[in-house]
Amino acid sequence: MASAAPPTPALSLRDVVALSGRFPLLAGVDLEVDTGEVVLVEGPNGAGKTSLLRVAAGLVPVTSGRLTVLGLDPERYRTAVRRRVGMLAHASHLYDDLNVRENVRFAVRAAGADPGRIGPACERLGLTGRLLRTSAAKLSAGQRRRVALAVLVARAPDLWLLDEPHAGLDASARSLLDELIGEAVATGATVVVASHEPELLEPLADRSVTVNGGRVTGERSIRSPAPDVPIRAVGSAERAAGPPVERVVHVA
Amino acid sequence: MWRDAALVAGKDLRIEARSKVALSQVAPFGIVALGLFAFALGPARAPMVSGAPGLFWVAVLFSTVLAIQRSVSVESADGARDGLRLSGLDPAGLFLGKALAVAAQLVVLELVLTVGVVLLYGAAVKTVWLIAAACLLGTVGLAAAGTLYGALSAGIRVRETLLPFLLLPVVTPILLAGTRIWQAGLAGGTPSDATPWLHLLLAFDAVYLAVGVVVYGPIQEAT
Repeated sequence: MASAAPPTPALSLRDVVALSGRFPLLAGVDLEVDTGEVVLVEGPNGAGKTSLLRVAAGLVPVTSGRLTVLGLDPERYRTAVRRRVGMLAHASHLYDDLNVRENVRFAVRAAGADPGRIGPACERLGLTGRLLRTSAAKLSAGQRRRVALAVLVARAPDLWLLDEPHAGLDASARSLLDELIGEAVATGATVVVASHEPELLEPLADRSVTVNGGRVTGERSIRSPAPDVPIRAVGSAERAAGPPVERVVHVA
Repeated sequence: MWRDAALVAGKDLRIEARSKVALSQVAPFGIVALGLFAFALGPARAPMVSGAPGLFWVAVLFSTVLAIQRSVSVESADGARDGLRLSGLDPAGLFLGKALAVAAQLVVLELVLTVGVVLLYGAAVKTVWLIAAACLLGTVGLAAAGTLYGALSAGIRVRETLLPFLLLPVVTPILLAGTRIWQAGLAGGTPSDATPWLHLLLAFDAVYLAVGVVVYGPIQEAT
């Protein structure tokens, strides 16, 4: 009997090396993230967490090794891959001279996403009324982060790359972010989230990888879904219900 | 590609409409440059009229550098350039959109500077279509070459000083051809006086538009 082909991972890095000039950002990373999985990337400052996300987003070229994103080579299918990947970075990617609505509309239309999702996404993030007509230059850091999140929600990418997503957000926005991650996963998206505050994200994550010196040095399974529940359908609530199963693998 | 170009041009022009940098800084800079040239040439009218075509294009070139630097700096703040790359916009559309927005600003600038040349230098425009053709073709070339070299300098820390150094020598054909066509336009020349120079501008535009469409993406990824 022919066995079914294994599902394509949402993100796969095989011995990936990335350089900035001659400085190694990633020094041979091996990582595979399944579709629908939430993976937490931990590590101290300068460990390579942001670099890992930037390489996955195709913003930093791979010097050697093999990278596939959503089953595609991002060098070869750059536009197709980028339209399916969303990144919440340290910077908000906003234009100060445009207002909130114009910033979100431009980002969503540029990504070829459905403009019909802009209104609900802004509303969800509390970007309503006068705030929509406020220029980005007048926003606080937390409000800029909310706008960047609204773009991400409206784009509804298949792969979410979140770099320190809780930074600059107040308590209500943090809990909203956690909800949004759970909802994205419930609709089949994959989430890779880098943080040096893992305790905030562990309740959402299926697995944690530790990065240090540009390498994956450890891996920890945080939650194991019930065997009969497809992992992509597991939301944060279901995951939170199961007992934690911890496993530590040292790769270095 | 055209959809992306229209989207990017619309965004850049909206930003300029809000910030008014082109109107409040770039155009006044061009007028100041024309005024300084007039002071340098002295009060006699003849040298100003004979030098007007060249001085107009030198003022346009210097102002173009400012417009391009502005176009690049808009994408440098708050990681906007990464945002553009992540959006999956067609690089050719992005190049054409940025160039289109710069060209629209340059057209306004050239109108202002043409009025300045007439008022400050006492020059009379006798063959209007030659002047218009030179401005139109020169604008396309300046916007295309400027956008391309602006992208080249975008990732470099010293881009403000590097851009004029890269761009100004490259656009010398526009200065040369534009000046010759303007001389014919101010002297009431015939089309045959300007044909070779119009061809030079057309060739320049075609080369830089084609090169920009092809290499803008790789440049954006590499810088």
